[in-house]
Amino acid sequence: MVCDNCGAGDPVIHLTQIVDNEMRTLHLCERCAAEKGVEGTAVPENFPLADFLAQMSSQSEEGSGSQNPGHSESERARRSADSDSCPYCQLTLKEFRKSGRMGCPECWSAFEGHMRGLLRRIHGSQQHVGKVYLSPDPSTSEMKRRVSALRRKLQRAVELEDFERAAELRDQIQELEVASPGGRP
Amino acid sequence: MTDLPNVDQGGLSWLDASGEHSDIVLSTRIRLARNLQGHAFGARARVNDRATVLERVRKATETVPHLRRAEIRELSDLSANGRRVLMERRLVSRDLLGETEESTGPLSSSGVALPPDVPLSVMINEEDHLRLQALNSGLNLRAAWDLVDLLDEELGQELPYAYHHEFGFLTSCPTNVGTGLRASVLLHLPALVLTKEIGKVLQGLSQMGLTFRGLYGEGSEVVGNFFQLSNQTTLGKSEEDLVDHLDRMVRQVIQYESQARSVLMRDASAVTEDKIWRAYGLLRYARSLSFEELMNLLSGVRLGAGLKLLPGLRVYPLNKIMIFTQPAHLEDAAGRELSPAEEDAHRAAYVRSILSTEGRIFNDEGSDDAPTESTG
Repeated sequence: MVCDNCGAGDPVIHLTQIVDNEMRTLHLCERCAAEKGVEGTAVPENFPLADFLAQMSSQSEEGSGSQNPGHSESERARRSADSDSCPYCQLTLKEFRKSGRMGCPECWSAFEGHMRGLLRRIHGSQQHVGKVYLSPDPSTSEMKRRVSALRRKLQRAVELEDFERAAELRDQIQELEVASPGGRP
Repeated sequence: MTDLPNVDQGGLSWLDASGEHSDIVLSTRIRLARNLQGHAFGARARVNDRATVLERVRKATETVPHLRRAEIRELSDLSANGRRVLMERRLVSRDLLGETEESTGPLSSSGVALPPDVPLSVMINEEDHLRLQALNSGLNLRAAWDLVDLLDEELGQELPYAYHHEFGFLTSCPTNVGTGLRASVLLHLPALVLTKEIGKVLQGLSQMGLTFRGLYGEGSEVVGNFFQLSNQTTLGKSEEDLVDHLDRMVRQVIQYESQARSVLMRDASAVTEDKIWRAYGLLRYARSLSFEELMNLLSGVRLGAGLKLLPGLRVYPLNKIMIFTQPAHLEDAAGRELSPAEEDAHRAAYVRSILSTEGRIFNDEGSDDAPTESTG
């Protein structure tokens, strides 16, 4: 048997879905399953965060998790971080699981390893690909990323034939490039 | 009547039905969640964190072009009813009012910034430090995005945002992280409900990564066949992709709704017309209306206006009825507290006052096309 998605990999995940009263089973290899946000346990596509967190916390209290090899990385991170707290606001992971809310921006760095798995399951991704933020005191490399974000916007404006917006964006890009010490490559 | 004298149309420009598809789409909203570096988030913030955040935003408005002439209101300075008026106009969220089981008023330093001339608002010290929002009439996602994006660029140059190279804009709740963007469109879908197709449509949308809510957003029920559609995820896609995806899906839903309306008029025109005229008649003459009853009747009348069955009736007055018959607006207009019975009477009176001057509908309307077949 091969994976229904890529037709190559060994299927390890078998996902049964009921759509319009019709049952369909998908056989997916590990890579395709991860890409589709489907992981070892049966988590429906739209699940409430609080339930999910509660489920995770009860799992960790049982001290289990070994039956879930797909999660070993986040599992380990979680166990090691369980007793940890955010150095800035002292929020603990346990508190986070209960409330579902981070305490401060630093929590995100403090619980980084743990958050990746969670974000993959909520959003199907752990990597931001939207606006690149340039804080008021920019370094050159951030500047470059900002310029590339503006270029993406410019490209989109041209595709949409919004030339007024395109001209504005072009000016912004030029301004940034003049200001950046390296200038345009 | 309201205490927003310096804000264009009291913050209600989104009601004016000027936008695209405004017979089906009431409004478009895009909000961005942003937080400042170095301060704890909403619920965990200490009193001085919250005060500092408010103060920094206040100072930033002096230089941020889109907020330069904005009015910043601290919610604790407003009356309880004044706060609810803002909520009913959808300029602040229910959360910002702080009316929960444990508390009856806003937390300290909760505020809102309202520019005088653009349909933007910024909530301060909600769950996130900042919630930037653009609110437009009809289906207008690109314009809303451009506007809120500009404000975000300007504000982000004055206030250092909490941002992570991998996770994007950091938020209190992991469901908002990344772009922090929630785009939502408020749709009126009576024909899909009447033809019982709505379940299928909503199921399809949820498979396409969209979610739906009721009139007042998260946790609210569907009233008057209004559905708020929005993106479910905020991470892993660019803002433009999220906005464009929602735009495409909403256009599809509008097409389904229009098809369902044609089906109704083809297969059940007599029943549909009767329902619409009954709804109109009740609204036009009733002496007492609960908000829920009003919303259900208004849904029928709105459908009638869309199908051009109610001559000369425009969508704008119907939108106005929805906002000005909410409890805080009625009390605001009356200038005093109202008992439930009084509230229902005031609501009916307001509706009558609008419908008596709106449209070209007279008592003998329909007599010229009355059924000609007789018993004899």
